[in-house]
Amino acid sequence: MSDHSHTAPPSDPELRIKALESLLAEKQLIDPAAVDAIIETYETKIGPRNGARVVARAWVDPEYKARLLADATKAIAELGFTGVQGEDMLVIENTDEVHNVVVCTLCSCYPWPTLGLPPVWYKAAPYRARVVSDPRGVLLEFGTRISDDVEVRVWDSNAELRYLVLPQRPAGTEGWTETQLAELVSRDSMIGTTVVPPPAQGAAS
Amino acid sequence: MNGVHDLGGMHGFGAINPEPNEPVFHHDWERRVFGIMIATFGGGHYNVDQFRHAIERMGAVEYLSGSYYEHWLSSLETLLTERGVITQAELDARRAQLARETP
Repeated sequence: MSDHSHTAPPSDPELRIKALESLLAEKQLIDPAAVDAIIETYETKIGPRNGARVVARAWVDPEYKARLLADATKAIAELGFTGVQGEDMLVIENTDEVHNVVVCTLCSCYPWPTLGLPPVWYKAAPYRARVVSDPRGVLLEFGTRISDDVEVRVWDSNAELRYLVLPQRPAGTEGWTETQLAELVSRDSMIGTTVVPPPAQGAAS
Repeated sequence: MNGVHDLGGMHGFGAINPEPNEPVFHHDWERRVFGIMIATFGGGHYNVDQFRHAIERMGAVEYLSGSYYEHWLSSLETLLTERGVITQAELDARRAQLARETP
């Protein structure tokens, strides 16, 4: 039901956003410097390193982990990660019995404060369409083979609730510091399309 | 609304092809779309449900062939013109002017 008509054929996106931005700036409805600052924040400050810190803390501090699983929004805010698209968070824990994976089939809902802006594949049709019907096959495309005796649960995000997967701590990381552990945690392991592999021999030293 | 955006379970979209070491943005125009969306959202011109709904109102072909930030751009244009923040005539004139100035 697109009743949005163009009197001129749509031009390329570069031209379209330039036109929009220059009109909004002329009407003093946006400040281009403030727009620059927003962009810089999401390019340099808000990203999956935030989520990795949450995961590493949960791995070393059982009390923090309990708080994280009970009220994720509050526990994540303890580390200073709050803001749009993270207002209501649920952390789901991978175990020997269950592997979790997150999608947004309807749009691209994603926990910005902990993971930053989503990658293209998360927002595109192939992943959104297929991970709900063939999750094991999709995980294989990420190089992740989940054993048949492990249940795979797919969580469909929505505008109100965002998920973060708590991956399993890999073997061979006994005695590692929180900072060392955080280095191991990838974005995809917190979406659930990968797991955190055991570190290469001697990686912590 | 059971529109084309309701992709869960649909067949035929092919491989996922995750990009290694993907940058946050692939083009400068994506940066501007993102920043302007956050700024105009913060300015109270629409709420997040209206923003998403304007994406869901896109034509099916336009939706499936457009990238994420093209969806955002379409939603921004729809909402800002529907609300009279800018007019379609202003947009068309400015695009034409920019097109003439761009070599």
